[in-house]
Amino acid sequence: MNDLKLRLGQNQGVILAIVVFFLMFTLYIANHPAGLTVPVVTTAANKAVLLALVAMAQTLPVLTGGLDLSVGMVFIMTNCLASSMVSGDPLQIAIGTAVVLLAGALAGLVNGVIVVYGRLQPIITTLATGAVYYGIALLLRPVPGGDVDEELADFMTYTVFEVVPTSLVVLLAAVLIIWLPFRNSVVGRGCYAVGSAEGAAYMTGVAIGRSKMAAYTLAGLLAGLAGLMLTFVTFSGEASAPIGGTYTLNSIAAVVIGGTSLYGGAGGAIGSIFGAFILRTIDDLLFVFDLPPLWQPLFQGVVLLVAVSLGAARVFQIRNRLELFK
Amino acid sequence: MNAPAEEPVSRPPDPAAFWQMRGISKRYGGVVALDGVDFACHPGAIHAILGENGAGKSTLIKIAAGVVQPSAGTLLLDGEAVTFAGPQDANAKGIVCIFQELSLMPDLSVADNISMADPPLRWGLIDHRAQRRRAEELLSKVGCDDVNPLELVKNLPLSRRQMVEIAKALGRNPRMLILDEATSALTAADVEKVYAILGELRAQGLAILYISHRMHEIEELADTCSVFRNGRHIETFAKGTRSDSEIVQLMIGREYTQVYPPKPQHETPPEPELEITGLTWGNRLADISLSVGKGEIVGLGGLDGQGQRELLLALFGVLRGVTGEVKVAGRRLRLTSPQFAKSSAVGIALIPEDRKSEGLLLPMSVRDNISMASISHFTRGLFIDRERQNAEIDEMVRRLSIKAGDVDDPVATLSGGNQQKVVIAKWLMTNARIVLLNDPTRGIDVGTKQEIYQLLRDLAAAGTAILFYTTDYDELIGCCDRVSIMYDGRIVRELEGEAINEENIVASALNLMLDDRSEVSSQAEEPA
Repeated sequence: MNDLKLRLGQNQGVILAIVVFFLMFTLYIANHPAGLTVPVVTTAANKAVLLALVAMAQTLPVLTGGLDLSVGMVFIMTNCLASSMVSGDPLQIAIGTAVVLLAGALAGLVNGVIVVYGRLQPIITTLATGAVYYGIALLLRPVPGGDVDEELADFMTYTVFEVVPTSLVVLLAAVLIIWLPFRNSVVGRGCYAVGSAEGAAYMTGVAIGRSKMAAYTLAGLLAGLAGLMLTFVTFSGEASAPIGGTYTLNSIAAVVIGGTSLYGGAGGAIGSIFGAFILRTIDDLLFVFDLPPLWQPLFQGVVLLVAVSLGAARVFQIRNRLELFK
Repeated sequence: MNAPAEEPVSRPPDPAAFWQMRGISKRYGGVVALDGVDFACHPGAIHAILGENGAGKSTLIKIAAGVVQPSAGTLLLDGEAVTFAGPQDANAKGIVCIFQELSLMPDLSVADNISMADPPLRWGLIDHRAQRRRAEELLSKVGCDDVNPLELVKNLPLSRRQMVEIAKALGRNPRMLILDEATSALTAADVEKVYAILGELRAQGLAILYISHRMHEIEELADTCSVFRNGRHIETFAKGTRSDSEIVQLMIGREYTQVYPPKPQHETPPEPELEITGLTWGNRLADISLSVGKGEIVGLGGLDGQGQRELLLALFGVLRGVTGEVKVAGRRLRLTSPQFAKSSAVGIALIPEDRKSEGLLLPMSVRDNISMASISHFTRGLFIDRERQNAEIDEMVRRLSIKAGDVDDPVATLSGGNQQKVVIAKWLMTNARIVLLNDPTRGIDVGTKQEIYQLLRDLAAAGTAILFYTTDYDELIGCCDRVSIMYDGRIVRELEGEAINEENIVASALNLMLDDRSEVSSQAEEPA
């Protein structure tokens, strides 16, 4: 009982994000002309899963106390790569898929190596590498186009057994295969330790470098998975800087809304997924209430401000004002 | 001087000692922190290390724990030379240190923290159940059954965190356990538990290095004591073979190298400028009463971290929830921010401890730094009157003889001593009537130190009230008209005139009363 209370208390941010999302989604469905039908949910899921995967990617560096401004660009780069590799016979498709995911992971590894061995600040490192990845995307696909295996794309954007959107299954798989093992691994906990107090982690003998590199590499992998999913949704590749930038910024917003501290050390990818869902649902709500989509950024901003204010309540407990600036 | 004349003697290697340090030296730039130290410790014994601030104790344990590398000398474990690449390395060889600054990760649970370095695994992933059992075992070993292993460390009170730290260290199965002021944050009941645990570990054959400033703890616990002074190992003796006053004698006796300006004689007590009554802040400052007169330099002494820094911050309006009364020039004030404290209505200046982070804006110019605190004095309408400001800055640079290539150079290009002068200049520009100083001469050269002493004396002569915290006892003796010694958040002793001597300062910093030389009044209380 006591344990349950502690766990709930420690996961307040995630729980709040989940509750808020279900309230918003209920409101959306209740006002949707078609109601709760498989196509409505599938459309919503396909849009939301892209941001959810990028937000999961963003969560890992943030947990270490860093930030990854390149996730959106890795997303775009892998999209362009997938638009020329994931087609042909089944073997080619399988190899293409693997190459796309590996390319994402490699991009993340490069970030990690520079941050750890180059000792550069993550924010500027990933700003620079992000530009590089976007450059690669442009070289791969100077003009929008390309192709992807249609059957696979249809399957990935439709449903399993005509009930569950496949994209949600992919997201669940990412949680089960990537996030949960990572969270319960030694390097994963190293990430939390580094984000919470890097000096203390060092004194305890935590493998700081390995933890950080794992975080950035998995971030790249998850962004690559998102890029692959984007290709299935759009049937093409496009080296679009605005899309990359928007996904990067929204991923940070989703991480914060999901209860992960930008200082690092606390939070997790589950919260970020629901943070992403909330951001997407704002969009859908504006649609069903016939409000102009121009209002979307304004609402997203308000939601973000509210989420950050909840996290900032600690300020009232500080008794040495100097600690406010740390 | 009554300092013992004996020099450190080098001892022959001791075969029974499993841990030895031979000829260990450590230099930080030009500063010698340890100088040719020979030291050994034995299994099944508690070995206390004594010494005043800067004696080299913390450097010694940092070397033993693999945090810093010695500049010279050998470490021997079981008679074999070892080098530690980092704390993990030392841990792996069975040397575990509990540092003063907690090495816990606040956002993680108690169980996570305890098993951080070597979690129990199952199928390659962390076995939470096993980890929890282990945490429960270790917590109950240190008598903290009331702590839930799932609780986040940041939600625990400081004394519990310290106990978790001890549990974590025990989880590493140490052969040698180093405790650096590990009891400083503990309640009396917890201290008893720690004593019991240490006794048990000693019986199990662990070597325990114990650093504490609480003399009665050392008397109760230690089998052997080693005294350090000025980076040297002075003497090692068995418990009970030296009296308190002999130990104090061993700890003091540093050479006087500095010259101080003469202290003026006050015929009548000066008019109080700053009066503090019953100042209390959480459990860090307890019932502080103190007054500083016009033209007086009052020293704050004691060991590091006894609340001196917090007292100065409280007076500068940085701390929240301070109770008690503060009067400036007879007027009762509620100090709520540095901005208010420095305003001409109050007139307090604080020269902070760390000039790089709290004192200076390193990339900005010398000129901008000097005018930063007093910029509002130089406004004309909305704008800054550059000419008037620059005239005063130039005057200040001359007065303090700040050596800068150009006053428009970034302050980061100056030497440490000159940087400190810039910080002082910045606050002199505000024409403060009360100047608080937090260890202003740390890490600066002797020449600049002397200039600062002279400057402080000149300021006092012009009527400024000065409250001067320093970790250097020499400065308390040479510079201050009166000295208040702090211990555990309270003022335990006030010294005046001839009573300001090294023996009294060191003894009261350890909260000892040497029977034959009680001076002035004392509010010393033995911690319950």
